[in-house]
Amino acid sequence: MISANLSAIFYLVSGVLFILALRGLSSPETSRQGNFFGIFGMVIAVTVTFLSTGNFSTGFIFVLIFILVGGSIGAFIAYRIPMTAMPELVAGFHSLVGLAAVFVAISAFLNPEAFNLGKPGNIKLGSLIEMSIGAAVGAITFSGSIIAFLKLQGIMSGSPITFKGQHPLNAIILISIIFIIYLLCSTQSSNYFWILLSISFLIGFLLIIPIGGADMPVVISMLNSYSGWAAAGIGFTLENTALIITGALVGSSGAILSYIMCKGMNRSFFNVILGGFGATENESVASNKEQRPVKSGNADDAAFLMKNASSVIIVPGYGMAVAQAQHALREMVDTLKKNDIKVSYAIHPVAGRMPGHMNVLLAEANVPYDEVFELEEINNDFANADVAFVIGANDVTNPVAKTDPQSPIYGMPVLDVEKCKSVLFVKRSLSPGYAGIDNDLFYKENTLMLFADAKKMTEDITKNL
Amino acid sequence: MEIDPLIFRLSIFILSIFVGYYVVWSVTPSLHTPLMSVTNAISSVIIVGAIIAGLSGNSETVFNTSSIFGFLAIALAAINIFGGFLVTQRMLAMYKKKKKDK
Repeated sequence: MISANLSAIFYLVSGVLFILALRGLSSPETSRQGNFFGIFGMVIAVTVTFLSTGNFSTGFIFVLIFILVGGSIGAFIAYRIPMTAMPELVAGFHSLVGLAAVFVAISAFLNPEAFNLGKPGNIKLGSLIEMSIGAAVGAITFSGSIIAFLKLQGIMSGSPITFKGQHPLNAIILISIIFIIYLLCSTQSSNYFWILLSISFLIGFLLIIPIGGADMPVVISMLNSYSGWAAAGIGFTLENTALIITGALVGSSGAILSYIMCKGMNRSFFNVILGGFGATENESVASNKEQRPVKSGNADDAAFLMKNASSVIIVPGYGMAVAQAQHALREMVDTLKKNDIKVSYAIHPVAGRMPGHMNVLLAEANVPYDEVFELEEINNDFANADVAFVIGANDVTNPVAKTDPQSPIYGMPVLDVEKCKSVLFVKRSLSPGYAGIDNDLFYKENTLMLFADAKKMTEDITKNL
Repeated sequence: MEIDPLIFRLSIFILSIFVGYYVVWSVTPSLHTPLMSVTNAISSVIIVGAIIAGLSGNSETVFNTSSIFGFLAIALAAINIFGGFLVTQRMLAMYKKKKKDK
């Protein structure tokens, strides 16, 4: 058994290692080392906990068994999961953090003596408040992440689910959560604790159902943030530095990602959270839906255009992930490169279903990361490029965001694809993207539409090159 | 008058938020997905609370209501820790630089 002071110092060390783990992600070269710091920090935290409880009886064996069972499941998932399913995986993992926080809070509430928090029915006020906040945020994270998971997995429709009185209802529930925490603290009655958990689960569901599929990057980041705050709440209860530091890190990390994602769509955080993008704009969309001529081509035409180009910029989007076209795309690019054509990739911040989604898929397909550029880095290059190859992206290329103040996406940063000499658009149909608006780019003189499945079209082009 | 230990924890918390803020802004956007999976893994350090909860029973009764919740939380957090770190590892291994001799 080691002293409380010594274990507190070790917890601090593991907190610092977690900071270094995130710091490592500032560049791909240092990132792997960073991940090891993270693992090391975790090993220290777990070991110190064992040593400080000093309890190596039967219970200890069971702890090891549960770690082993959970660990094997986790390892199995980590090795088997396809990279395209990463958003679902992250959402699923967030739900587990949330649920774990809830379980720890329940355990602490039922048996506060084990945590030095007082006696059942007479828990220290501060601890009770921290515990309730941790439990409530954990419950919201859990049920919210489950909905996000179901939506991403396609089990639940990705379209926003809205009903009348939704926002007032949510507001009432949120206020009652605060009120119940107050009642819980003044009466110490376990009934209020269970009510608190139930309505927190409920509000988690209600908060996420009105948010549509393409807003998932914001939702996932937000839930990431929540899981951090839940951990921090529990950290305060347990008076554990590692948990407090980690909770704060994860909380601010998720918050920053949400901010970046919202900025990528030029929408305020509340606008996304309140849900139903485009719902009010539908009328104006319907009115200007005239039939305009488009030029469509086949793989042969596309191959001809690219063969005669000297530089090509590829713009991937969620459609590429759905079609699993990243490998076929890289093969096409390899062939282009053999013909001395310069190829680079342009990634919009909200392309895909989670922050960095496209980058992971391209990395999986062995695309070197120094050929992949962010919006600000590459946007000026479109004017000098010969061909833009848009695969599975739509709204993020729509020039209307720059020209039409009436458009719902006006002001959103977009890739200047229209400045290219010619644009190739791989798409299944002319249907509008998530924002529900027509893309002017389809009808431009220099645009060639390639109507097909992204993967099949890319393979066909490679054959024709 | 002595300062409540809560204030110290609060100080750590607030300072960590700032550390997190600056560290995360320096993360390159192409690594945002690994960032999410690794934050997931490290937030599962909540397992320390779960372990204390799981060990709260005495030697005769390992399982009581409180410790069962602890054990369940241990399993959930372990899924996250192993899953999170390993999947991050797997992703990061894929990020390669351009080969020069080609």
